[in-house]
Amino acid sequence: MSKRIGMEVAIAVAEAVALCRVDTIAAYPITPNTHVAEHLAEIVAEGRIHAEYITVESEHSAMSAVMGASATGARAFTATSSQGLMYMAEVLPIASAMRLPVVMVIANRAISGPLNIWNDHSDVMYQRDCGWISLFAENGQEMIDMTIQAFKIAEHQEVLLPVNVNMDGFQLTHMVEALELPDQGEVDAFLPPYKPYATLHPDRPVTMGALGVPEIFMEVMKAKDVALREAKKVILAVWEEWYGRFGRRYEPITSYRADDAEILLLTLGSVGETAEVAVDELRKQGKSVGLLKLKLWRPFPFAELRQAVSGARVLAVMDRAVSFGGPGGPVAAEVRSALYHELKRPLVLNYIIGLGGRDVTVEDFINLAERAALALSRGIEEPFEFYGVRGA
Amino acid sequence: MTQKKWPERWQEVNIGCIVFHPASAKEYHTGSWRALLPVWDNTKCIKCGVCYIFCPEGCISADENGYYSADLDYCKGCGICAHECWPKAIKMVGEGEDHV
Repeated sequence: MSKRIGMEVAIAVAEAVALCRVDTIAAYPITPNTHVAEHLAEIVAEGRIHAEYITVESEHSAMSAVMGASATGARAFTATSSQGLMYMAEVLPIASAMRLPVVMVIANRAISGPLNIWNDHSDVMYQRDCGWISLFAENGQEMIDMTIQAFKIAEHQEVLLPVNVNMDGFQLTHMVEALELPDQGEVDAFLPPYKPYATLHPDRPVTMGALGVPEIFMEVMKAKDVALREAKKVILAVWEEWYGRFGRRYEPITSYRADDAEILLLTLGSVGETAEVAVDELRKQGKSVGLLKLKLWRPFPFAELRQAVSGARVLAVMDRAVSFGGPGGPVAAEVRSALYHELKRPLVLNYIIGLGGRDVTVEDFINLAERAALALSRGIEEPFEFYGVRGA
Repeated sequence: MTQKKWPERWQEVNIGCIVFHPASAKEYHTGSWRALLPVWDNTKCIKCGVCYIFCPEGCISADENGYYSADLDYCKGCGICAHECWPKAIKMVGEGEDHV
């Protein structure tokens, strides 16, 4: 039976990884992921799981070590944040190209310049095109669930791709929440042992990571893109199974009071719960406002997005990262691109919010929704805006 | 069964580009990259084998008399053998030039 506990989310995520019976962990502590890496080290040191914990000298090595372990058939896990993810960057697309189903938890934190340890999504957005499946959790419970789901999705014979699960640094990692932690029997029943497609073994020689000459490279890239797109079917099936076993539903886009809404907000990560409170408040005032919460970032849920916004007149997309000198935030750029060919589509506003740990409150979302409503009469004046920035 | 050099269609790409056939790199003839050709002068060759040791492609071997030559299916014409040959028995000549 699952047990209900009060626990810091980062610690609970480490407990969830242990429940998945991982074979190899290589993680380098960096704020705010540190407690995930530290608590897993404790679990291994105490002998609670039979796993190899490789203490590496860097994140580049951590990623390389879990890839090597995965290539031998091990279930492998790592976790990082911000600069650590940047340091892994060179190896990330190789993990997906080699189809190694490693799982990584990213405790999202702003990337440096100036140095900042607080939360936004600039770290994972910088690695957007590395070919990984990318999930975003909204709260601690989703983080536990998605971490366990990630192994099943990654290792599925029709997927075989690495998965990163994103949780907002501090806002989630360092919060103590009431959580339901599945027991070992429940996780074992959900997550069978990893059956690799091929492994490095001296008795059965294979070559992994061979040179890809120009004559083959484009076919390989096409195959990789199709693999990531097709993974959505398995993700949906795994989420359906999870709902059956644990009663908690997961969807690429979760809508909140959005069915008849003229004005929609769209969020990624933990600010979704703050926005829900704002939507409740605005609904009380009789305003037609709803919320969409994006949970599946890669593969991008094009069909679900088009369906979810089909009745809305304005869509205000919240971004917690910036494409400098570009179209605004990465989420809005993709949302606009996904809707461009639709004959009927809402106006798409883009607000850059909560960079580097700047607080985003219920009042902010009420304000943003009211400004989105103004766009109905005024149209869009600016393609995007740094919301709440001083000196405007 | 003749092995294809590489997949014709993207659907044929192995998961993760894994190569299940050991030593398949042999099927890829890198000799076509070559612009210069190593030519041995056996009157100067002392059969020391320094060319064989330094060849990064591993395509130089000795004949039954102990003299060396390159397998032109794989020799890329890098010239390392000629550079390392201290009796100066190896000359790099342009492909198609008269080197006899």
